Amino acid sequence: MNLLHQIFVEPFLFMGEAPDLLLQVLWEGFVSGILYALIALGFVLIFKASGVFNFAQGIMVVFAALTLVGFYAMGVPAILSLALAIGVMFLLAVTVERVVLRPLVNQPDIILFMATFGITYFLIGFGELIFGGEPKQMITSQLMLPEGRTNLEIAGGFVTIQHIDIAAAAIAVVMIATLGIFFSKTRIGRALRAVADSHKAALSVGISLNQIWVTVWFAAGIVALVTGIMWGARSDVSFALQIIAFKALPVLILGGFTSIPGAIVGGLIIGFGEKIAEFYWGPLVGGGIESWFAYIIALIFLVFRPQGLFGEKIIERI
Amino acid sequence: MIYREAGQFKSNYAADMAVFPLRQDRIGIFVIILLAYSMAYFGSTFMLQAVLIPFLIFALAAIGLNMLVGYTGLLSLGTGAFMGVGAYACYKLMTIFPGVNVIVWIFVSGFFAAGIGVIFGLPSLRIKGFYLAVATLAAQFFLQWTFNRVPWLYNYNVSGAIEAPRRTLFDVHIVGAAATPQARYIVVLTIVILLTWIASNIVHGRIGRQWMAIRDMDIAAELMGIRPFKAKLMAFAVSSYYCGVAGAMMVFLWYGGAEYNVFNIEQSFLILFMVIIGGLGSLIGSFFGAALIFMLPIAMGAFLPAIFAPLGIRVGAETIEHLRFMILGAMIIFFLIVEPHGLARLWQIVKQKLRVWPFPY
Repeated sequence: MNLLHQIFVEPFLFMGEAPDLLLQVLWEGFVSGILYALIALGFVLIFKASGVFNFAQGIMVVFAALTLVGFYAMGVPAILSLALAIGVMFLLAVTVERVVLRPLVNQPDIILFMATFGITYFLIGFGELIFGGEPKQMITSQLMLPEGRTNLEIAGGFVTIQHIDIAAAAIAVVMIATLGIFFSKTRIGRALRAVADSHKAALSVGISLNQIWVTVWFAAGIVALVTGIMWGARSDVSFALQIIAFKALPVLILGGFTSIPGAIVGGLIIGFGEKIAEFYWGPLVGGGIESWFAYIIALIFLVFRPQGLFGEKIIERI
Repeated sequence: MIYREAGQFKSNYAADMAVFPLRQDRIGIFVIILLAYSMAYFGSTFMLQAVLIPFLIFALAAIGLNMLVGYTGLLSLGTGAFMGVGAYACYKLMTIFPGVNVIVWIFVSGFFAAGIGVIFGLPSLRIKGFYLAVATLAAQFFLQWTFNRVPWLYNYNVSGAIEAPRRTLFDVHIVGAAATPQARYIVVLTIVILLTWIASNIVHGRIGRQWMAIRDMDIAAELMGIRPFKAKLMAFAVSSYYCGVAGAMMVFLWYGGAEYNVFNIEQSFLILFMVIIGGLGSLIGSFFGAALIFMLPIAMGAFLPAIFAPLGIRVGAETIEHLRFMILGAMIIFFLIVEPHGLARLWQIVKQKLRVWPFPY
């Protein structure tokens, strides 16, 4: 009885007593949700266009951020290092397409999935070899991103908001809108959607698959770079970030592998859900439930909607 | 010329269905097993402790995962956690009932892993492919958290680690600080041979055929009267059993003690690599994969400094570590491109070549 009270009553009473704390937790959830959504977005881009479950997306985030910081450390001006980092992501896209995807065309999905594992390991080794393994500071102010924090007086208390988080949210929204326009209005975007629908049909109307793959991997690389900057600004840039990248996976199954809005909504659900659960229910079981809570949400969800929130209905034929 | 079936006639169905239809294969297996046992006397302590024991344990875990991924087509990323369940179950059983022989508990602990595996295998009835893989990550993270946060599992040790108590078999120490690598190696080898033999019978029998039917097309299999509910959960149970036994052996016959983070997600990925590089749906491939993935880093650690030293380049231990990552990644991609069906397929090709040798066909 006492336990039930602790589970079902006390957390809500606590929420009511300290609305400013609740708002703070919600804001934290919103920000991490946005970041999860950004990683998931990179996954979705590649999965839609090539059917590859790109495990390396998390590492690409770290690698992109590391490249940016690494160039800056070598004395290159901040803006130029940003351009160079974009260039590196383009080179990466071309290399991946040439070396990995092209020889493995028409192989089963699981083989391509394993190949992205190979890319992951390679990038970890390569990144550390060139830029060193120690954690680095993100060059926030040099990129003209806002720093500092504001204390908002709300609901009888105050909520602390980091400026970089507001910027992250704004940039995420802009990027999602740009991608949306890119997909629906431009020539390449339509070609991408055609490829996502059917590789064979796209080939037959003269769409170059190789070019499309380079494009999506490059797009995912840019998404990774942006995510890396935002994430790096919140903590350090190091390969420890990759474990957080796993969190994008439940976001993906929640939203569906092929849906961009799904990635956003999924990211927000996971972000809010795990922060609230950790803060209000975590202490009951000793804390640290953040590490698995997202997966359990996704798991329960999957049992009811196997194709995800916005995923296409799975139709199977014999 | 030597390796061919000419002159070997099968006169009954049992002979036709034998796992090793060729006499040469049977002799070969016998010789390999003999050699493996003789390694206990000829192998150095380092060889046994750092190479052979872990290789056998990883091979067993890979066989377990291969039954799930390779034979039933259910992608799982929770292997590390299931190994952990086996290890912690074995630890609890050993300390609660110290009188019973440890070998019994190693085998029994697999059943606990099987039970947990079935629970986390339930979503496989609704979802498949990568969705299922992500769902099994729930098992990985949840169980790892449990190993850390439930002190009852590690008997309220201050260190939070489980340690192997001293146990004997026929008055020889096989578990704990007093056990020699030789004794542990023989125990590990015997368990692995026994379980591989059982696995071979499972996958060649009715259950294995059901799994393969489910893998190839589950709806068609269902229409043919195979119950996916039973077959899929059975696959999870058997697979987790093998992983659990491998996990128990890993802690008690190899490490001698472990913390919760031994059973992390890296472990799960490593075993998945072994299965895929070795060959999906092949038991011998699991051994090849384990050998390659486990021994590659060891070999590189030994050879890379030797390569760089004559070139006059001084490289630190860190650089070696980074290069190892890079080479491992490149090797995975290389093997996938050269032979997407894994080392087991290469072995098939070699066997075919041997059969016609020295003639071209």
